[in-house]
Amino acid sequence: MNERAFRLDWLLLPLLGAAAVLVLWYFSAHTWSKELPDPLKTWEASKLYILEPFAKRGELDQGILRFTWISLVLVAKGYALALILGTPLGFVLGLSKTFAKCFDPIIQVLRPVSPLAWLPLGLVLFSGAKGQTSELAALFTIAICSMWPTVLNTAVGVRSVPQDYLNVAKVLKLSRAKTLFKVLLPATLPYMFTGFRLSLGIAWLVIVAAEMLTGRPGVGGFLWQEYNSLIYEHIILSILTIGLVGFVLDRLMSVVESRFRTA
Amino acid sequence: MAFLEFHAVSKGFGAKGSRSEILTDVNLSVERGEFVAIVGYSGSGKTTLMSLLAGLLQADHGTALLDGRPIAGPGPDRGIVFQNYSLLPWLTVRENIALAVDAVFPAWSAAKRAEHVGKYIGMVNLTPATDKRPSELSGGMRQRVSVARALAMNPQVLLLDEPLSALDALTRATLQDEIMRIWSEDRKTVVLVTNDPDEALLLADRVIPLTAGPQATLGPSIVVDVPRPRSREALQHDPRFKRLRSRIVDYLLESGERRKQTLTRTLVLPDIEPEDITHKPRRPWMLGARQPVRRREIKREEVEV
Repeated sequence: MNERAFRLDWLLLPLLGAAAVLVLWYFSAHTWSKELPDPLKTWEASKLYILEPFAKRGELDQGILRFTWISLVLVAKGYALALILGTPLGFVLGLSKTFAKCFDPIIQVLRPVSPLAWLPLGLVLFSGAKGQTSELAALFTIAICSMWPTVLNTAVGVRSVPQDYLNVAKVLKLSRAKTLFKVLLPATLPYMFTGFRLSLGIAWLVIVAAEMLTGRPGVGGFLWQEYNSLIYEHIILSILTIGLVGFVLDRLMSVVESRFRTA
Repeated sequence: MAFLEFHAVSKGFGAKGSRSEILTDVNLSVERGEFVAIVGYSGSGKTTLMSLLAGLLQADHGTALLDGRPIAGPGPDRGIVFQNYSLLPWLTVRENIALAVDAVFPAWSAAKRAEHVGKYIGMVNLTPATDKRPSELSGGMRQRVSVARALAMNPQVLLLDEPLSALDALTRATLQDEIMRIWSEDRKTVVLVTNDPDEALLLADRVIPLTAGPQATLGPSIVVDVPRPRSREALQHDPRFKRLRSRIVDYLLESGERRKQTLTRTLVLPDIEPEDITHKPRRPWMLGARQPVRRREIKREEVEV
């Protein structure tokens, strides 16, 4: 893997790729898609949002990092909820064959449902909460969509704990709680963190959809609003921001995950 | 009454149709403080026997007694050293042993438990590796941790399940010496399962061959009447060792032979006999005139399976 084409290839080759996409974008904007703003126009229109990333000019007119922050906070809440619900659920699924038989089919059915389908249900569920409906619905959607990788990976992890480790626990006559915390949990951690990483990716996907539908301030809400006000440059700005943030989150989780892999 | 006793124990796996009997009619008695080695082919059910001793498995028939009480389940009174070490990889050497010590001696003070852990790490010469994880240790070191963990539980019986089979010959020899030294220090009851007759002869008071499976059973015990300390050197040249070794190996080989059981099968031979061409029929145009001589014969034959 350490083969290098030439010096600084790790920097120059990705730049080359980005340049190719920019060229494609530029030509698209000038040939077959007249409405698409070209890269230069996009930069001109987005400069304010990038150079003053924390400015707040109005509810839906804020610096891009401020929007990102708002979205991230909501994601963090929903994601935390997903982990709190998903990890124990995964453990029980992994430990009890009966429980797994009961709930595995329904999980397999609920898992592929799109966030766009969950959100209206969330709005209905929390319609009683005055002023908070949209936030609670968004949290519900994020939690229920991003929970599944955590649930399934934890269940697989628990099932694949080597019998040797369980024999050790049996010979030592460890209590159930001790077996759980001293043997099962550490043995399952690598699987759990893979689930956590996948869940975070999904949570970040869902937030954009949730904000678009509820009109909450945030990157997704900004994107949708600027589309409606015909400022197409900001759509591209939002897309790039969402992509970059998602990439950074994934990298961060990979680092955490790899720390647990050898455990 | 012996300390550890098996009476007509048998164990099989699988459902009725595809059931395979691993052990049948196993009788064993081990006195307190005795070092017994069980030698057998790989795959003959040695680990199953060990799991029965440890209580990880229950016998289908027969009784397994420890100190007069039936073995109902696993417990820290039987310290077991598994073939594949079975250390928890996320814990350091100290933590692995401390997990056992904390579980077995909850009444002790923290300081006393820590001292106890340190003592057993020292006993297997691993003090410099105290804070390392199993992945940072060699195979021999891991197995020593496993031995230390079993000993630290202060068990009544130490069960060694092919503890050295995964190690290279040199490491094996060092660890054999170490097991010998530790055993001579506190004379615990030890049951060692191994596939190496030399290892058994070097360490044990009594060697019991386990016949080849399926339906393996224990053979007659062979007392190793060579005084300790025994040296590996003597093992190669001493005629007593040679004689014992050939007894064990012969018994095992013979049991392997005997496993090719003979059984009588009834063979129905084809009931046609070739025509006798020297016999010329008188009226060959007549139907049925040239009948071959038919003969029904059932023959019994011994075959090896």
